[in-house]
Amino acid sequence: MKYVDEFRDPEKAKALKNKIAQLMDQLPYTEKKPLLLMEFCGGHTHTLFRYGIQQMLPNSIEMVHGPGCPVCVLPRGRVDDCVILAERPDVIFTTFGDAMRVPGSHKSLLQAKADGADIRMVYSPLDALELARKNPERQVIFFALGFETTMPSTALTVMQAKAEGLTNFALFCNHLTTAPTIQAILDDPDMHIDGFLAPGHVSMVIGEQPFEFIPERYQKPIVITGFEPLDILQSIYMLLQQIVEGRCEVENQYVRIVQKQGNHPGLAAIEQVFELRDSFEMRGLGTLDDSGVRMRPEFAGFDAEKKFHVPNLRVADPESCQCGDVVKGLIRPWQCAEFGKLCTPETPMGALMVSSEGACAAYYNFGDLPELMAKRQAHLERESAA
Amino acid sequence: MCLGIPGQIIELTDADKLMARVDISGIQRQVNIACIVSEQHPAADCVGDWVLVHVGFAMSIIDAEEAHKTLQILAELGEVQEELDAMRQSATI
Ligand code: SF4
Repeated sequence: MKYVDEFRDPEKAKALKNKIAQLMDQLPYTEKKPLLLMEFCGGHTHTLFRYGIQQMLPNSIEMVHGPGCPVCVLPRGRVDDCVILAERPDVIFTTFGDAMRVPGSHKSLLQAKADGADIRMVYSPLDALELARKNPERQVIFFALGFETTMPSTALTVMQAKAEGLTNFALFCNHLTTAPTIQAILDDPDMHIDGFLAPGHVSMVIGEQPFEFIPERYQKPIVITGFEPLDILQSIYMLLQQIVEGRCEVENQYVRIVQKQGNHPGLAAIEQVFELRDSFEMRGLGTLDDSGVRMRPEFAGFDAEKKFHVPNLRVADPESCQCGDVVKGLIRPWQCAEFGKLCTPETPMGALMVSSEGACAAYYNFGDLPELMAKRQAHLERESAA
Repeated sequence: MCLGIPGQIIELTDADKLMARVDISGIQRQVNIACIVSEQHPAADCVGDWVLVHVGFAMSIIDAEEAHKTLQILAELGEVQEELDAMRQSATI
């Protein structure tokens, strides 16, 4: 666990910590009825835990961990689709390493590889493209995963493949869109979030505009946030200032990277290659309308969903897995019946335990495990008594 | 995949495809620079730039001091090693 003294600028961190406490004194929240702030992005979740930021905050603030970890919101059936594509004898299936260990209903990609499927971990879609150039007799599929941060990279890669006239390269497109996901959280009657930390690198690509509906239609403040501990403290302070002053708007804490208009070449590439889907399924949030992207018809030759038979499987999670409720912030990871029992980072049952950005792995790796397990036991007993 | 890692552009390797060689904590690899090139900042001017690299694409120009501080924090978060390992293990390098 880190302490304030180990921050990049400890004085600044202490000052922010005090200013946050002062503002909370002016607001009516308590430990029992805390102010609920959601960090959307798994990168932020990781930083929060790594630096013990929750412990630095007054008890009257609770951070709710959002669904912004692309691996964590991957439905089980999608992993099964990947395995089916990867097991085709003509295919080299390429993926970021993060997705390898996510459990499918029968096996993960890692197990499929052990069983003989030609699956290769790549760092970049450009590496998958290079494989296609070098293996003209094989079909190379890249598992395109991620929110808008990684969309320009896959879009530009496909544009390059088309420019070179390659016919053996395709994306299995599973890109997610941030704004519809936040809207689903705002529309969920079970959930109540008082303010959001917006993902910094998604915003680097899409800019501020796509978040404007949040203050305009839902009257919630949102601050675009960088990934260092100080960034997060500063953004929480900015959110509190808005709340105390009765304002709600999109503010940008991460000005050193994020421009108001986003990244123009990146957005142009996305626009050229992708279009919004009518609906897309996310673990925990269900099927969201006008969410996710697919490839435009002009790029059908590079679209694994058009080139190959993708069964588009819908598979429910095992009953005891509560990944969905955790993703939505309805329960904390340690409240899941499998947490630390059957589900650990070594034997993950859900993606939230696989990815270092997943909330369950964060609690498991950085939380006080004996204390969490005791809390969990008490919680389960309360539940069964009720 | 989402945090990115700072690196410095060493040379342009393919001006047409907008590819350049970047040094990331001592490891060199090819990255695409389409997202940082503009009329005001043509490809040739990118050499020497510090950039934030996501999955093989330079996504944003950053200043040198910022780059070093970010690398330090990412090292503490355990992210640098993960990214560099992924780069090293990547199927085609
Ligand atoms: S502990 Fe495991 S099964 Fe439970 S929510 Fe977390 S990842 Fe899912």
